[in-house]
Amino acid sequence: MLYYVIKRLLATIPVMGVVALFVFSLLYLSPGDPAAVIAGDIATEEDIARIRSSLGLDQPYLVRFGHWLGALARGDLGTSIFTNLPVSHLIAQRVEPTLALTLCTLVVSVVIALPLGIIAAARAGGWIDRIVMGISVLGFSIPVFVLAYVLIGIFSIQLEWLPVQGYRSISEGFIPFIRHMILPSIALGVIYMALIARITRASMLDVLAQDYVRTAQAKGLAPHTVLIGHALKNAAIPVVTIIGIGVALLIGGVVVTETVFAIPGLGRLTVDAILRRDYPIIQGVTLLFSAVYVIVNLLVDLSYTLFDPRIRY
Amino acid sequence: MSAVIADSAAASEAPVKRGFRVWLRRHPTIFFGGVVLILMAAVAVFAPWLGTTDPLALSPIRRLRQPGQEWWFGTDMLGRDVYSRVIYGTRVSLSVGLAVAVLSSVVGLAIGLVTGFVRWADAIVMRIMDGLMSIPSVLLAIALIALTEASLKNVIIAITITEVPRVVRLIRGLVLTLREQPYVEAAVASGTRLHRILWKHILPNTMAPLLVQATYICASAMITEAILSFIGAGTPPNIPSWGNIMAEARSLFQLAGYLIFFPGLFLSVTVLAVNLLGDGMRDALDPRLARRM
Repeated sequence: MLYYVIKRLLATIPVMGVVALFVFSLLYLSPGDPAAVIAGDIATEEDIARIRSSLGLDQPYLVRFGHWLGALARGDLGTSIFTNLPVSHLIAQRVEPTLALTLCTLVVSVVIALPLGIIAAARAGGWIDRIVMGISVLGFSIPVFVLAYVLIGIFSIQLEWLPVQGYRSISEGFIPFIRHMILPSIALGVIYMALIARITRASMLDVLAQDYVRTAQAKGLAPHTVLIGHALKNAAIPVVTIIGIGVALLIGGVVVTETVFAIPGLGRLTVDAILRRDYPIIQGVTLLFSAVYVIVNLLVDLSYTLFDPRIRY
Repeated sequence: MSAVIADSAAASEAPVKRGFRVWLRRHPTIFFGGVVLILMAAVAVFAPWLGTTDPLALSPIRRLRQPGQEWWFGTDMLGRDVYSRVIYGTRVSLSVGLAVAVLSSVVGLAIGLVTGFVRWADAIVMRIMDGLMSIPSVLLAIALIALTEASLKNVIIAITITEVPRVVRLIRGLVLTLREQPYVEAAVASGTRLHRILWKHILPNTMAPLLVQATYICASAMITEAILSFIGAGTPPNIPSWGNIMAEARSLFQLAGYLIFFPGLFLSVTVLAVNLLGDGMRDALDPRLARRM
């Protein structure tokens, strides 16, 4: 097991290396000369050249990549062009709302989609199955922000049940926090739910066709015992895998959802950074989200042993 | 079972036209998706003749008119006719979807064929693709667009780059199974040249899955374009696109929800049609999958 964990960790190094190289190239290729910006309007050519060499900007590409990696290892993501604050500092300020939103969405999606997928598989071809599959196609087709506005229009503006926009930290009370999380989590989660429900159904159908399920049914076990006790655990691996892969959808959706619901998280930070062309921030957020995605999928891989003891590393 | 036999018997004796109709009835999603898409394509092509006015014409006196007799979809905060803007916006979404689907299929197919057959290229290329795929695609597109100025061309290129790795992975997987097939091994053993094996034996067998994948890419590209435009990193404001119209309505949605509703409806219906077409084609091309997904 330990051997496998180490092997798997080592395998993420080339992947993160490619991500790092890409993200660094982004900054390297970004238009504009930071040295000229720092030097100001009245600087001479020599001033700019001096600042450039003091910042190491005159070094070749690979040397600069090495320096940048070294800084990264110390947790230094560079300095925001617009606010002049360290990017790591700006990101730390914005992590909480994004983390809250993604975790809420993850929980809501799994809690809703998993049972739907199981029921659809148990009643394959029936009306529940048709409705669940139909809604899942819809879920793939409605963009996050369109759905978000529809939800706001119905539940906040027409019915006035929930707040229109904004974010309350969980430290300001649990009820306000949840009230502000409901609509964003559902809007962000629908495409994720569609994905999970589909895979759960397909995976359950595969398992339900196997001999041991027929044996369990034949010896007179209750249908739900067969479904939950016998089939679900064996159908879990594709489902867990898609939950991990789908995190990429959540991360992409966060950027938009936070914009619609005015949530001051990392997505909002990114959108503001795009409008101001603040490359170090875009770079930092891209790097962070990619790392999270890689780590989540590493954990998913390792979790396979929990569901299937035959898998031994 | 007897119905199926009767169906195919009818299809074989009736002219082709009848067979086509039976085929359509068996795949209603292809029919629905196809009809909606043909309609949307017609809307895009004939936009100037569909009762539209200049989608860029400003008119400050008639700002933010509600939808009604005179302004079907209302007017926006600059007094532009939303109906005309939505109709012209069809062009952007469809061309981005189509261009990205074609470009990423062609590029991904080429890379995938080579990596599937050439061992040393495989190791390097797949590491790069894994890296690209671990950057969430919306962020990757944002990062690429941020480097250049916003234009339709750059949006298409950026979204294509995010989609290529998925095609490469699909094709590579197919090639790895196909090259184990006896008829390919026979071709290799009898000394057939590599390019001829790829062209004659491998390529034709990748077409069906690639077509299905390209359809899904088209749908996802249209959504990504709208997301990019919505957050201000996509199609430039002087081209009316569905994402742009909604982006400009961001601060006004409580006042003028129709600015979001109409472009959102068009976008969702178009993407739905493409997705249904993809589902239908997948089922038609691989009947074993049809029951499961």
